[in-house]
Amino acid sequence: MVAIDIESEEGQREALRRMLTIRAFDTKAGDLFGDGELPGFVHLYIGEEAVAVGACSALEEEDYITSTHRGHGHCIAKGLEPEQMMSELYGKRDGYCNGKGGSMHIADVDAGMLGANGIVGAGPPLATGAALTSHLRGEDTVALAFFGDGAVAQGQIHEAINIAATWKLPAIFLVENNQFGEGTPVEKQHNVQHLSETAEAYNIPGFTVDGMDVTAVFEAVREARKRALNGEGPTFIEADTYRYRGHFEGDQQPYRTKEDVAIWQDRDAIESFKQKLIDAGTITEAEFDEMESEIHDRIEQAAADAKEAPYPDPSEAYEDMFSATVPEINEFARQMRADGGERQ
Amino acid sequence: MSTESRSGSGPAQTEEMTVREAIRLALREELERDEDVFLIGEDVGAFGGVFEVTGGLVEDFGEKRVRDTPISEAGFMGAAVGAAATGTRPVVEIMFADFMGVCSEQIINQMAKNRYMFGGKTEMPVTVRTTEGGGMGAASQHSGTLHTWFAHFPGVMAVAPGTPRAAKGLLKSAIRSNDPVFVFENKMIYEQKGEVPLDEDYTIPLGQAKVEREGEDVTVVATQRMVGESLDLAEELDGDISAEVIDLRSLYPLDTDTLVESVKKTGRLVIADESPLSYGTHAEVATRVMENAFYSLDAPVQRVGVADVHIPFSPELENEVLPHGDDVEAAIRRIM
Ligand SMILES: Cc1ncc(C[n+]2csc(CCOP(=O)(O)OP(=O)(O)O)c2C)c(N)n1
Ligand SMILES: [Mg+2]
Repeated sequence: MVAIDIESEEGQREALRRMLTIRAFDTKAGDLFGDGELPGFVHLYIGEEAVAVGACSALEEEDYITSTHRGHGHCIAKGLEPEQMMSELYGKRDGYCNGKGGSMHIADVDAGMLGANGIVGAGPPLATGAALTSHLRGEDTVALAFFGDGAVAQGQIHEAINIAATWKLPAIFLVENNQFGEGTPVEKQHNVQHLSETAEAYNIPGFTVDGMDVTAVFEAVREARKRALNGEGPTFIEADTYRYRGHFEGDQQPYRTKEDVAIWQDRDAIESFKQKLIDAGTITEAEFDEMESEIHDRIEQAAADAKEAPYPDPSEAYEDMFSATVPEINEFARQMRADGGERQ
Repeated sequence: MSTESRSGSGPAQTEEMTVREAIRLALREELERDEDVFLIGEDVGAFGGVFEVTGGLVEDFGEKRVRDTPISEAGFMGAAVGAAATGTRPVVEIMFADFMGVCSEQIINQMAKNRYMFGGKTEMPVTVRTTEGGGMGAASQHSGTLHTWFAHFPGVMAVAPGTPRAAKGLLKSAIRSNDPVFVFENKMIYEQKGEVPLDEDYTIPLGQAKVEREGEDVTVVATQRMVGESLDLAEELDGDISAEVIDLRSLYPLDTDTLVESVKKTGRLVIADESPLSYGTHAEVATRVMENAFYSLDAPVQRVGVADVHIPFSPELENEVLPHGDDVEAAIRRIM
């Protein structure tokens, strides 16, 4: 069983729907950020949708993923609700993290989403840990780590892969090679031609797939999952892809041209998958339009509702540090409140 | 007492500039002055640093000396330590202080210890610049104030400027020092303006606090963003309460004399720093004063900081936990 069977017609429509949802969500998030509606910063996943959807479709719902600072796509692909995500982007109480995390920290452990992450390279060790839980408990689950090409330069990633490989843990390491880490191109960060070559060092399978092809990613992850559950250990998958937007919204992108972006947009993953489904008669143009407009309305509504939703109460800032009650926090909080009560 | 040093004896030339510009000027001057100085960090070159501090430097000094690194803090922090030990003067940028977690090993066991362990036989002229502080909705992994860790740890020095002038003078001293110095820049004050000496030999010795405003009733010892907020507050209170405001500037070594002298005059002490309160920078300042001026204190020492929580994302929550001028005022009023 997989979450979404991309080999069935129904599964293909669902995969398309998820990719469209990611694009609509992030397009809206970009607009809102541009309008000064969202605090902090946002990193958009537009252009890379096939990677998250292909990979998460091949997982089961009980499987775990770890994510990155560019996490919205992973969330939606893993089945998180755009409504609660949008609230989190606004810092509202009904967001996934009750407003404490924001765009870079959306998490839903119950849904197998172990968190977007502000620390580049921090996800893979967590995935190794989730795979260790599965191993210790004898569960039939795997853990998949998404991470960027830039993150491959982090020492902790290599330590995590080596541990998982040596212990034959049910983990999958999936690098999203979108050709840049911030403004620095891959070739200025790595000495290998394909990041998947790194796998050789751990004696695990490693290969590069077309990250603009949702089916290719799906198949690669499905195979890796089978291996993992057979006790054969982790697989290293590199998905070649591209981010259409800046590193974060507001990035002037001096490091590339519009033409560079257009080359990849010509191979757009959503456009090509849509065409494939239309050609195969899986969906009609009219059905596609309807799907797109439904998603558009849903995201618009999510944004409108999130804007109106209540903020957390300021006192909630002092909650959630520990499961235990720590007297210091309450005492300091009381002291820090200007008049010993409400802050102005 | 030694003062800020500068070359020549004519009237000091100054220019108004932001903290960001003052840091960039210090880097530029030191890159020009000493061939062994080089910058190393993520996107410090063409990208100009995420806070645009190093903008324009790669154009003038080249990629060899303004070095973009892979995202490998442990690797390039360690490389800087090794480079410093062998005679160059690296200036490392760690984009956000929160990422210090990734490279702590090289700091704690190599950079801080080599000189001592080797019987004084190595120099460690490395400077580490990083950004701290909440206020831009960057959430817990990009908003921390961690300088107490480094001020606490034997073998590294730490400074945290609160004005453009201090930012320039301290950074230059850090780069010229033969010891490891961490420079903690608060990201919310990059745009803050002030007069900065243009003298290329203007430096502020490590280990000196500065009385930024004289007062009679209470001493406010502040760091980073809290310096400006405390100065604004002192103006507001003027006529009612006379507050002396000190920019601590150097966390380690710490200028006990200036603090003690001030408290002997005012009899009251408020410490405003964005660190979490427990075991924080506040505690060290309070202890130094109590050890040396206990009988001059007329009221309990007050701390203004973060209540041992991380910086949350939502603006409502973030504003709640971050210290501001109104918290300093409340602390002052509690003891007046
Ligand atoms: C430990 C750490 N170092 C640096 C950063 C700053 N940073 C955030 S994203 C990023 C680039 C990451 O590139 P990549 O892994 O390729 O992911 P992409 O942004 O391309 O999705 C950097 C350097 C960080 N968040 N954490
Ligand atoms: Mg990348």
